[in-house]
Amino acid sequence: MKEKGASFKLNHVYLESTATVVGAMEMNGPLSSYFDIRNPDPYFGKKSWEQAETAMSELAILKAMVNAGVTAEDVDFAFGGDLVNQLVPTHYAMREFDIPFIGTYSACATVVESLILASTFVDHDYATRALAFSSSHNNMAEKQFRTPVEYGAAKGATAQYTATGAGVGIVSQKPSAVKIESATIGIIVDAEQNNPSDMGTAMAPAAAHTISTHLKEMGLAPDHYDLILTGDLASVGSPILIDLLKQDGYDISGIHQDCGLLLYDDEQPTFAGGSGAGCCSIVMFGYIAEKLRRKELKNVLVVATGALLNATIVAQKESIPGIAHAIALSSAEVKGGEAE
Amino acid sequence: MKTNQYANVIETHKVKPKIVKNMADSFFFGGLFGLVGQIIVWINTNVFQLDEGLSVTYMIIVMILAGSLLTGLGIYDKFGQIAKAGALVPISGFANSLTSAALEGKSEGVFLGIASNMFKLAGAVLVFAVMSGFFFGIIRYLLVQIGIAPALDHETVAFIIGGCLL
Repeated sequence: MKEKGASFKLNHVYLESTATVVGAMEMNGPLSSYFDIRNPDPYFGKKSWEQAETAMSELAILKAMVNAGVTAEDVDFAFGGDLVNQLVPTHYAMREFDIPFIGTYSACATVVESLILASTFVDHDYATRALAFSSSHNNMAEKQFRTPVEYGAAKGATAQYTATGAGVGIVSQKPSAVKIESATIGIIVDAEQNNPSDMGTAMAPAAAHTISTHLKEMGLAPDHYDLILTGDLASVGSPILIDLLKQDGYDISGIHQDCGLLLYDDEQPTFAGGSGAGCCSIVMFGYIAEKLRRKELKNVLVVATGALLNATIVAQKESIPGIAHAIALSSAEVKGGEAE
Repeated sequence: MKTNQYANVIETHKVKPKIVKNMADSFFFGGLFGLVGQIIVWINTNVFQLDEGLSVTYMIIVMILAGSLLTGLGIYDKFGQIAKAGALVPISGFANSLTSAALEGKSEGVFLGIASNMFKLAGAVLVFAVMSGFFFGIIRYLLVQIGIAPALDHETVAFIIGGCLL
């Protein structure tokens, strides 16, 4: 048990299964083949963006349970969230499953927040199997945070493209190829940024704080990890993060990557890169989980970053706080159902 | 915590907006809109034999219709990304702000969705247009009173009001 601090080790939690659902831009991106369900229809066959995102989450949860070979009855708790007011897509998706549920929100860091909670419940035997997820939908985010989808105002170079995607992970004590090692819960860091079209800058200090705290408290050097993956700092926030960590004495420039930059290629009109609660979710549960299963990665620290943006309070001249949560994943040997 | 301890590093990575390029794009594409408008006016006058006032009025209607149609087809926002303010400032940009907001509200029904959302973006433009009309009207009235500006005849006033109502 930890004495004091924001980090703790998890002893016997494994990623039992994952599932990802993505939209058109993501299925045309470089990680396309890592996603389970790809649908180019932005409405997902529904009538509104809210319903489309609900359908995505629902589909991803179902697929994760199918992949694990379990039903809703076998899942003890679910933790999940999204970016929409009152977590509409999450709540309406969970309406279809009678699983005890807690809604989570930390903007684009929601997925790691959910996964930390799910893993902790499993690690402490409060649950034998728990589900963590998050989603975001580009058009839904435009509607809520920005201007109407078809509005013609040009976006600047620091703007980011909210990913359309839902990612689900089911964790349990049953050994699997992906082990969840430890977690660090972030504090809110407000670096006095107030440009809602530049979230990378607003989030980078929070990410730096969480990574630095994690390495310090776990007593690790950055090269313990072969990848430190941030959620959605994109091309603007990533260099800021690297410089901030250098000040703390950590050089992660060789091992850092960002979900927002991995998800799309340069040809796609995503400005600084991808973002959104679904961004880190689909990259972690789709791409990273698969890389760990294939042993192409050994130790990965996923640091989901959230800009706690609210259009109303920003118009009232408040700054945008950031938060980052970290979870460490490793690839484990499975021999005869027992992990090493 | 709220802190400015990161300000130095953030400052060194500040991405500066490409003001000159944006202005050039806006100027070029805004001018292109003007050219298209002028061609429509020319067609109205020379092909349809309309008088000057009606030609301009019909051109405005055509531009609004085109802006709305291109918005509905999902083209105007992509064009806006290239044309910058050149796509926003002309009357078709105003039409785009109305149509895009109306489309966004569609899922909440005709009254609470389309009708009440339609002026979400354009409302501010209308408020400032009416307010500036009021103040410039006062300035002009005073200039006429002290004999600097000529008084307008009724026909011209009616034409201007007609244009404003559009």
